[in-house]
Amino acid sequence: MPTTLFDKIWAAHEVAPGLLYVDLHLVHEVTSPQAFDGLRMAGRRVRRPDRTLATADHNTPTDGTPVAARIKDELSRIQVQTLEKNCEEFGVPVYSLGSERQGIVHVIGPNLGVTQPGMTIVCGDSHTATHGAFGSLAFGIGTSEVEHVLATQTLVQKKPKSMLIRYEGELGFGVTAKDLILHTIGQMGTDGATGYVVEFAGPVIEGLSMEGRMTICNMTIEGGGRAGMIAPDDTTFEFVKGRPAAPQGADFDEAVKQWRTLRTDEGAEFDKVIVIDASRISPQVTWGTAPDMVTDVASAVPQPQSEGHERALHYMGLEAGTPIEQITLDRVFIGSCTNSRIGDLRAAAEVVKGRKVAPTVSAMVVPGSQEVKAQAEAEGLDEIFRAAGFDWRVAGCSMCLGMNPDTLSPGERCASTSNRNFEGRQGRGGRTHLVSPQMAAAAAIEGRFVDIRTWS
Amino acid sequence: MEPFETITSRVSALMRDDVDTDQIMPKQFLKRVERTGFGEYLFYDWAKEDGWDLPRNQVLVTGRNFGCGSSREHAPWGLEDYGFKAIVAESFADIFRSNCTKCGLLPIELARPDVEAIAASDSVQVDLAAQEVRWDGGQASFEIDEQIKHRLLNGLDDIAMTLQQDEALAAYEQRRERSGPVTTAL
Ligand code: SF4
Repeated sequence: MPTTLFDKIWAAHEVAPGLLYVDLHLVHEVTSPQAFDGLRMAGRRVRRPDRTLATADHNTPTDGTPVAARIKDELSRIQVQTLEKNCEEFGVPVYSLGSERQGIVHVIGPNLGVTQPGMTIVCGDSHTATHGAFGSLAFGIGTSEVEHVLATQTLVQKKPKSMLIRYEGELGFGVTAKDLILHTIGQMGTDGATGYVVEFAGPVIEGLSMEGRMTICNMTIEGGGRAGMIAPDDTTFEFVKGRPAAPQGADFDEAVKQWRTLRTDEGAEFDKVIVIDASRISPQVTWGTAPDMVTDVASAVPQPQSEGHERALHYMGLEAGTPIEQITLDRVFIGSCTNSRIGDLRAAAEVVKGRKVAPTVSAMVVPGSQEVKAQAEAEGLDEIFRAAGFDWRVAGCSMCLGMNPDTLSPGERCASTSNRNFEGRQGRGGRTHLVSPQMAAAAAIEGRFVDIRTWS
Repeated sequence: MEPFETITSRVSALMRDDVDTDQIMPKQFLKRVERTGFGEYLFYDWAKEDGWDLPRNQVLVTGRNFGCGSSREHAPWGLEDYGFKAIVAESFADIFRSNCTKCGLLPIELARPDVEAIAASDSVQVDLAAQEVRWDGGQASFEIDEQIKHRLLNGLDDIAMTLQQDEALAAYEQRRERSGPVTTAL
């Protein structure tokens, strides 16, 4: 019987019916402390420290604070120090504050090469779906499941339904993976994929870089999806090749041979199929307080269709009918596990090069990991951003979630490359507009949104 | 987790409906890094009300839809840490009910008249093996999922249940042990 990519990975990992083996468990400071404490209370150990990797990202300041002990906020300091202590006690490798490999958990996994095709990957974080870009099954779990995986390397799971989203046609000039996924969420709503594992396919997806593919899978959760995935191909193998944890030499060739079998068979059935014409998608800007409240940059803030929309417009301080290009900004944030990889920074730098951030805007770039930061600096991207007036920061989740010192003040309006525009997500009263790195960069220069396709 | 043995205890009554998890364990306490010690913060705001009295007994008796709202696991952790072993209610919120049994707390659903009789009685006996609650002048039986009953009676948490399949797990690991990625070798 023809099967889907998802079916294949699921079947290969079922230890017993409903018990799924986990190949890689990523851990961070916020959702792990009670899980480790639970192990301690029950006298258990971590079953596979060699399949577990930890980093500190959510709480870490991005001002270059060198070690956990120097974090000013008490709660953050305690969480990061607790992570370090737990990892030491249980033998789990950890890249904490000060490590040159520290960074957002969904950036360091792929960059170290621990994220590989065909794996099952979990983390106590909803954006774990990011890793599905490599043709793996990756999803977020809760704290008691973190404890379960630490102790058993398995997860009790019911098999979700499967969905295929296929993009026809080609992406227009200036339109990115971020626009593709924002548009898709706008079409299906924030619960359109609830209960599904989504496979993204079509020529547009095949033409995307790994960075673009990660952006797409990362935001699957914003459409309610359990996981997003993309079949691995030469682009994937090229990306993995040579990374520290990737198989080397003949082992790599052997692995690729096996990875090539990770495809949905001709004629395999999905529970649901959606087809989207990619050629009609424009650069996207969210106008409300959920990722599906999104529209084309060349259009206007829409008329409210519900009480929820009215509330959103009120919170955002926007009037229906205002052209998107007339919305002015106070802040610009380029970062987060959605768009903080080297490819994202290169794309933004290209827009910024030789220009200046508008005097009314305060703009920041936060590389996804210390390795991305180092690479960007080696390429001179930091110079381009600094010369334009951007603040160049140290790696972390930063202003994606307002859990560390990087936050919006009440009423501040921000063009952000992150993934959630919920009320207060970037700081109490903050107003978030989700966009691509290029659109964020151009908005920083002009002090308002501009259509990247016609802007010069 | 301790095996659930028949308990005889005085009753703590909180006869309110729709008690949500933010009342049971307010969100400011979710930031703690420990798994224990949540009992101290149980019903934090209500505990400041005049006339509040919730002695640390083993059985809590309460109203309809107990544990509704956010799915936070800290709520059952707090109840368990406070000393409760069983909660008798007219009904429970779904996720809360399943979170309870994960830390060894037994949720018991009974009809309103029984709940009220238990709340008014001096002491109560909870017999999980017989699926019965007994009090002065009355008794009632309750339903429970067979697997959950087995887990509670034997003091097995989810992890212990999975570890019972250790042979299958070990065999799987052996079959599938392959080159990488090995995080400890980085
Ligand atoms: S960058 Fe944002 S979405 Fe990504 S892991 Fe950090 S907080 Fe979560």
